[in-house]
Amino acid sequence: MVRPVVELDREGIDRLIAQLGDSGFTVIAPTLSDGTISHGPISSSQDLPVGWTEVQDAGTYRLTRREDDALFGYAVGPHSWKRFLHPPEVVVWQGDGGMTPLDLAPPPRYAFFGVRPCEMAAISIQDKVFLDSGFSDDVYRSRRTDAFIVEVECYEPGGTCFCASMGTGPGAVEGADLVVSEILDDEHRFVVRAGSDAGEEVLAALGAAEAETDVIAAAEQVVADAAARMGRTLDTDGLRAALTAQAQSERWDEIAARCLTCANCTMACPTCFCAGIDDSLSLDGAVATRTRRWDSCFGLEFSYIHGGSLRTSAASRYRQWITHKLSTWWDQFGSSGCVGCGRCITWCPVGIDITAEATAMLAEARSEEAS
Amino acid sequence: MATATELSIPQLLDPMPCVVRAVNRETHDTITLEVEPAEPYHFEPGQITMVYKHGVGEIPISISSDPDRHDRISQTVRGVGAVSKAIIASHPGDVLGIRGPFGVGWPIDQAEGGDVAIIGGGIGLAPLRSIVYRVLNRRDRFGAVVILVGARTPKDIVFAEELREWGSRFDIDVNVTVDTADRGWHGPVGVVTNMIPRAPWDSSKVTAFVCGPEVMMRFTARALREDDVPMDKVYVTMERNMQCGVGLCGHCQWGSHFVCREGPVFRYDTVAELFRIRGV
Amino acid sequence: MSNTMAQIKDLKFFSGLKRRHLEVLAALAKEIEVEKGTYIFREGDDALRCLVVLSGDVALELPMQGRDPRTVQTVHDGDVLGWSWLYPPHRWTFDARAVTDVTALVFDAEQLRAVKDSDHELGFQLMTRFGKVMVSRLQATRMRLMDLYGNGD
Repeated sequence: MVRPVVELDREGIDRLIAQLGDSGFTVIAPTLSDGTISHGPISSSQDLPVGWTEVQDAGTYRLTRREDDALFGYAVGPHSWKRFLHPPEVVVWQGDGGMTPLDLAPPPRYAFFGVRPCEMAAISIQDKVFLDSGFSDDVYRSRRTDAFIVEVECYEPGGTCFCASMGTGPGAVEGADLVVSEILDDEHRFVVRAGSDAGEEVLAALGAAEAETDVIAAAEQVVADAAARMGRTLDTDGLRAALTAQAQSERWDEIAARCLTCANCTMACPTCFCAGIDDSLSLDGAVATRTRRWDSCFGLEFSYIHGGSLRTSAASRYRQWITHKLSTWWDQFGSSGCVGCGRCITWCPVGIDITAEATAMLAEARSEEAS
Repeated sequence: MATATELSIPQLLDPMPCVVRAVNRETHDTITLEVEPAEPYHFEPGQITMVYKHGVGEIPISISSDPDRHDRISQTVRGVGAVSKAIIASHPGDVLGIRGPFGVGWPIDQAEGGDVAIIGGGIGLAPLRSIVYRVLNRRDRFGAVVILVGARTPKDIVFAEELREWGSRFDIDVNVTVDTADRGWHGPVGVVTNMIPRAPWDSSKVTAFVCGPEVMMRFTARALREDDVPMDKVYVTMERNMQCGVGLCGHCQWGSHFVCREGPVFRYDTVAELFRIRGV
Repeated sequence: MSNTMAQIKDLKFFSGLKRRHLEVLAALAKEIEVEKGTYIFREGDDALRCLVVLSGDVALELPMQGRDPRTVQTVHDGDVLGWSWLYPPHRWTFDARAVTDVTALVFDAEQLRAVKDSDHELGFQLMTRFGKVMVSRLQATRMRLMDLYGNGD
């Protein structure tokens, strides 16, 4: 099926945002917040980080001005969209002593505006986790099913980006309702493609002109150029087997000597899904509340069974995280758990680099195999 | 009745109210609660339930009762943490919440036509007790049925009365050994693995179901191997931090496995490598 | 074949020994019957015998002043009972009490030591077997030390 492709200018983008708002969506997009580019509600393109970009490296993140008025001239900030679909904290059950459940509030209807391809890939991965693994999570489903996703292709990869290695960018990946490409040559333009029926309907209502072939070609060129400017790369050939094979490697201790087990990487990761359930009681003891909160395999409590934690060493916890992400995720969900967004590298306070650590383990496995 | 797979979170997180009907003390820190579920309850031996104490918390507990009985279920709990201590302090009439059953239980039908070895250490006997009931309910389908139990001292033996009852039957062989004992104990003294070489099963026809602390299961598997029992006929059950019960919270991961969903029962040869990795 | 020879041949402990070695051992062995409750040997006594249990249960006990003795291990059909006779000062370190009626093969310790010293091949075979028994008992003891069933708490 050939979906419509239209060309918009910035005013057209504003109309698109307004239209989504008018259709009842809470429109969430990248915004300037806390010295970062984070997600927040917007009502026009003016609320986007216009003319801003970031400098990212291991353990480094700085906002800086661009020389143009680009709407999407940056990569990804500290937060991913998972905080909207898989909230950091959500009440999952509330009941009295007779265990009669009390009603919980319905979730908002979101339009995510400015989802990067790596983030779209991450959402698809979490779809598999929460919706397709035998049991479904209605907290996630209720937010996900009605969400409208506007994906934006990347032309300004960050210093820690490696989506090209993971096959998740910088060009659009499947799953969005609309895909936007920003073109910044002499004329500031946007190519918008429909990716779903819902997307087509929105475009039809917008009444925009069909995009010319040369504009579409320009948009494609922007993405192709970006693929060559990734801040990082990761050789994934044999990586899955290498990590499990190196489970007893002494290198884990060497990484653990640097790792603070702060859990930043798991919080920033757009696919990490682990969550714990906390029980609390109202002061009068009548109403018990079960709250689901993000949890991290870097915490000692995470593997606690009576008598103590099973992963007592930082080495075992780092190994669990990276092995899960790059190896056992395949066994569980049929894909890698890493989309190459680079957040875990940028937001690691000591700059541990997943691409460097995985590469070292791969090299170790290869040399052991060769000897 | 809806099966678990048709349900979703948060329904899966709704505890089913169950009324405590009997509290039986097993040892100084372990009790067996007999509870009456709000609706008929179906489970397979070895499956897990999440047991919830109002406002205190929830812990994974395996069911220890007869799987062919649906109006009452028994759960054997050792009071070692805040939640388990609150649960074992329950009295008849109290309400506990139960979720589940979750996971994959013991493949008892695989043992049909052959011998059955049921090997438990300490409170590890709890999830094995359901196997005994199931096997006794269908006794003619199995060959020799041998129960081997290890406990620290005679006072630490759970289900002592039932073990005596089963031991007095002619169609089941019960052997209990303790680490140390005084004169009041007339049974064997030594580790549970000592009993394996002289156990009256046919090693080529036996299926072994093993439950206890990991180290006990590892040593038991080793002793079974030395007794020529094939490792693909040995099943163990794993204990991990479980919170959701359906593989969505991530805590119980063991290598690539979600213990709550693919386990807790595993065929030993499929996980033997994982047993060797520390802190996995 | 003598009755004793047949019994020795059937014991797993002696399996794999050459026929002439089995004959030497059979010539030294005699079967005894011990009534339930009888002490087969006592801590501190001279270890004059080596036993292999044919049937019944024997408790190895540690006598304690003012308290009931503690059972440290039980041995059963086919198990070797005692190795204190192997090494000086040849004294038993535990009591051995018949928990049930017991039948056992008994070897005179002095004769067995002499055979082992004069025929090194047989001596080696016997020592290998005793070594295996000792290792497995040591391992079993270690397992009990770490409280195998209680998660170490």
